[in-house]
Formats: sequence, C-alpha cells, structure tokens
Amino acid sequence: MTVKYTKDHEWVRVEGDVGTVGVTDFAQSQLGDVVFVELPEAGRKLEQGKEAAVVESVKAASDVYAPVSGTVLEANQALVDDPAMVNSAAETDGWFFKLTLSDLSQLDALMDEAAYKAFVEESH
Amino acid sequence: MSMNTQGRPSAIPAGTADAVTGTYTGNRGLQIEEPLIFEQDSAGRCGVDLPDVPKVASRLGAVKPRAKVGLPGLAEPQVVRHYTRLSQKNYAIDSGFYPLGSCTMKHNPRLNEKMARLPGFSDVHPLQPVSTVQGALELMDQLAHWLKTLTGMAAVTLAPAAGAHGEMCGIMAIRSAHEAKGDSGRTKILVPESAHGTNPATAAACGYSVDAIPATADGRVDLEALKAKLGPDVAGLMLTNPNTCGLFERDIITIAEAVHAAGAYFYCDGANFNAIVGRVRPADLGIDVMHINLHKTFSTPHGGGGPGSGPVVFAESLAPFIPVPYVTHGANGFALVENAGGGQAFGRMKAFHGQMGMFVRALAYMLSHGADGLRQASGDAVLNANYVMARLEDVMTASFDGPCMHECLFDDRFLKGTGVTTLDMAKALIDEGFHPMTMYFPLVVHGALLIEPTETESKASLDQFVDALRALAERAKSGDAAYFQAAPRLTPRRRLDETAAARKPVLRWTPPVAAEALAAE
Repeated sequence: MTVKYTKDHEWVRVEGDVGTVGVTDFAQSQLGDVVFVELPEAGRKLEQGKEAAVVESVKAASDVYAPVSGTVLEANQALVDDPAMVNSAAETDGWFFKLTLSDLSQLDALMDEAAYKAFVEESH
Repeated sequence: MSMNTQGRPSAIPAGTADAVTGTYTGNRGLQIEEPLIFEQDSAGRCGVDLPDVPKVASRLGAVKPRAKVGLPGLAEPQVVRHYTRLSQKNYAIDSGFYPLGSCTMKHNPRLNEKMARLPGFSDVHPLQPVSTVQGALELMDQLAHWLKTLTGMAAVTLAPAAGAHGEMCGIMAIRSAHEAKGDSGRTKILVPESAHGTNPATAAACGYSVDAIPATADGRVDLEALKAKLGPDVAGLMLTNPNTCGLFERDIITIAEAVHAAGAYFYCDGANFNAIVGRVRPADLGIDVMHINLHKTFSTPHGGGGPGSGPVVFAESLAPFIPVPYVTHGANGFALVENAGGGQAFGRMKAFHGQMGMFVRALAYMLSHGADGLRQASGDAVLNANYVMARLEDVMTASFDGPCMHECLFDDRFLKGTGVTTLDMAKALIDEGFHPMTMYFPLVVHGALLIEPTETESKASLDQFVDALRALAERAKSGDAAYFQAAPRLTPRRRLDETAAARKPVLRWTPPVAAEALAAE
C-alpha cells in the first residue's frame, strides 16, 4: 500500500490497482467548514488532473481533481450525508471515491508524504 | 423568547450578562429587536374594516381550499413599524461607505431618480406604437452613442439585463461569428484566473469548455501560458481589464494580437470600466466585444436598489451578429429593428428592449457629468484607491506592487501567526461602522481583502476608514485575537453560524404547535 499526494492537495491510497482518493488535511484546513460534496458516479472514467468531484465550504466551491486516471468503483455515500467528515477525517473516513487505476506508472510522478509536507511548508 | 403583542420580549432574554447587550427588552437603544411579522399575529385583528364576505355559490367545482392561507392579523401601525424597522436595518451606499471590491458602489445622484420618474419614461409600454415613444427611443439612441463613443466600438445592444447576461450575449455573438465562417472546431474559451467568477460560468453555460490561464507573480495574465493554449480549438478569450487584482493588464494589445492571430475573438469583461472611462477606449486595445455595467460605472449600484443593466458593445468584427432589437434612424423619426430580416443577428436577449429606467439614469449621469466629468470621475476613483493602498501598505500586506487601478488588493500575510483571519477583520470592521470590503476574492491571493472606494468618498471619509483599519491591524498584531473572534459586538445579531446555516438551513417559518391546534378547530 502506498499513499501519494498531488500539488492540488489530493491524496490517493493505492492497494493493488485500486486507489482511494480524498483531499488532504491541509486542504480541509484551508477550505474551512465543508457544507457540500459532489462525487463522481461509479463507472465514470476519470482523467488525471481533470475535475472529478466538487467540494463546497462556507468560503468557496472548489474542484477536486483526479490524482490518477481510472474508472470510478464507488463514491463515499457517507460523505454526501455528512460533508463535515471532510473536516474531521480528511485522510481517513472522509475519502471521496475509489477507482481502478488505468496507469500505475502515473503514481511515480506524485509526491510521497515527506515531499508533500515540504511542498506545503514551502508554498504557504 | 416569548414576546408580547407589540413584538417585544416579555422577559429579559437569556444570556444578557454581556454588558453591551444587557437590556431588559433586547432592544439596543432605538435599534428594535424585531420579530417576524408572523410572530406578531393576533387572530382576528385587521388593519381595515372589511365587509363580511357574501355567501355565494363556489364556481370552482371540485377545487376546494385545503387549509387557511395563514396571513397574520395586525393593525396598520404595527405593519408600518415592522417594515420601517426592517428598512432601517438595510445598509446601502446612501447610509455610508461601501468599499465592496469589484462592485463599484458609487453614489447615485438624485437627479437620475428625478429623470427616471418622468412619466414619458416611466409610464411607457414596450408594445406602444413607436410614433408614441419617440422620446424614449431618442434617449436610447443617445445612450448608445455615448457608449460607442466612450468605448470606440461600432455597435451596441442595450438589451442585456445585467453583467452576466451581457457576457452571455458576447459569447453568443462569438459563437455566431465562428459558425458563420463554418468553423465548428472551436470548443474552448480561455479565462484567466484573475477574471470575474461569472466569466467561466458564462463560457460553460454557452456550451464551451473552460481552460484557465494562470496569473504571473505580479498579478497579471501569464502571456506565455496564454500563447501556449491558443490554437484552432479556442473560440475566444474572456479577460477582465482592469482585472480583479485591481491591475491594468499592460500586455493587453499583445494579448489581443495573439488571440486574433489564432482566429479567436477577444471578450472583455467591462465590470471594472469605472477605472478607465474617458481615458482608454477598449476598441483601441483590440477588444472585439465587451459588456458595460450601467448599474456600476454609470451609478445606481445594487446597494442603491433597482435592477441591473448590461449593454454590450461590439467592434466591426462582431457587429453583424448584434442581437435585436435596436434603435435606428428611420424616415419618420426613430424606429426599432425587431427582426433579423435575413441578417446575421443571433436572436434576442430579452422579450423587449432592456431596462428603460436604467437607460435614463445612465444618460442623466453622463450628461450631467459631461465628457470631462466622466474622465475626472475615473481619475478620482483610481486616486482614491491608491490613497487607501498607500496609507495601509505599512500595516497590511498589499498583494502586488502599486500603483493600482480603481481597487486595491491586500492578502492575509499581515495576519500570519495572530490567530485573526480575514473574516474576523471584516466582522470587526462592521463594529466600526463600515460595510466590509470584498473578502476571499480574488482567489489568486490568500485571504484576500479587496477595497474599492470609488470616486464618491471624500478624503475625510477615506481617512476615517483607513484609521479604523490601521487600528484593527495593530490590534490584531498585538495578540488580541479574542477581540476579533467575538466581533461583531454591536450588530443586531452577533457572529452568525454560517456552517449551520449552510448545512441545516431553516427556510420557512412554521407556526407554533398551539397555533396550529387552534387553526384546526
């Protein structure tokens, strides 16, 4: 199992060829209280770097981009019912969706935890 | 809270330990704690003495009322007080300084209102014979002339209802132009990050995909990134100039050339036109189409009440596609062109001709200022914004080096480590008697505070505002975060729970259970 991060503050946890995607704890702290999430439907094909979901907080509505390409397996329905989970458990129960990766090599270009931490420190 | 029939709490409200709010009534001086009109209901009370309803046979057939409408019973003075009190809770440009960035909240001269109420303008109907509305048509023709002269453009439609409607009009003209050339491969609209939020929404609503152009470190369009994205799939560029960072896009002519070389059209969002009126003609910059917010640039801001109006000006390149209707000079005076008549007009934006009342106000503003007055207004607007920026940049952090245009942009770096946020600053500013500036927009900087004073404000008024902000900035840095987190203290309501409001909105008043039982009897 590996966890990788993007510059747009998404994380993807990969087991086999299945990835679980969410936004980082830093992202949720910047968003403020989340009031709504819109998640992709199962079967939708996502392209790396393109919009996959929407997250709306009291401050702003933001797109969540697919960190890797693939086909959506399932969305986190619990999150739709309780969007506050993005704030309380961004990197665990607050996951957005799972997908089957179409190209595992895309992971190589993403950041690991240490690199992401350094990126956040440096740019904010 | 229990209330008596005058709508006053009958007991001291809970939580009045606070020295500021601790009155017996919940009122603050003459600022009345006003309940909903439904909460002031007194069954059977009525403001007028109506005759009994005569017994007549229902002609509704099987249709029967299911329940009482539930209108509250009040006497006339109660109703008058209720709405007067509510109106006193409004804040408008007529009440005080309104520095909302990107909104151009300027004074609405009373002369505008007098002119707009002339019966020849206010009582006309859009279906009247044109021979009976020659004066109204002449006014539209004159306004069109002023707008074309100020922008250097070839044609104008007055119909669009507001800025975003104008954007839609412009993008529809761009699409018509491509279609007229048989070019159907253009599916993208480029929109810089510093554009107004309505720009990408407009492009998407017109069926285009949106591609964002990043901003450079100095808050302007990244020219190289723009050039790299231009190609045969790009229909147009939507640019706001001056942009939402309050900066003039100094590469705009190069940008226009690059857009045209790629076969695309150049849309300019004219919402910030107030910064350049009488100084820059958008046509000279290579812009093909632009909307103008009459209700910002030419007074009557939204805080002044009333509708918007978003005329769109077209360069020669797009003029053939201008929507109907428009005014022309006919053989017997002014005429209205209502149909495309085999021409290339893409259709119409509204059922009728646009917001007549706004046309009158805008032309009254233009004529009373004169060309020199309009030029001075834009100069004063820019001067005021730069004065605010210069007086604040040692205690707050300006996002970009000045000078700025009509608005100045700060970010929240000066609050770093204080525990105070942009939102807290805005709330504390309300206690000082100012409407807050635009917050958290534009998105290109962190924790944005965007201030647009307009030419309306005097130096004394700007100084008071600046002094308040300076004092607040010093207080934040002194470590008094608790003061800010408890703000506002002096408003009818304290800090609102925006999260609960968004997650569990209460959109409807429901009568208390007892009242329901009574109604069922």
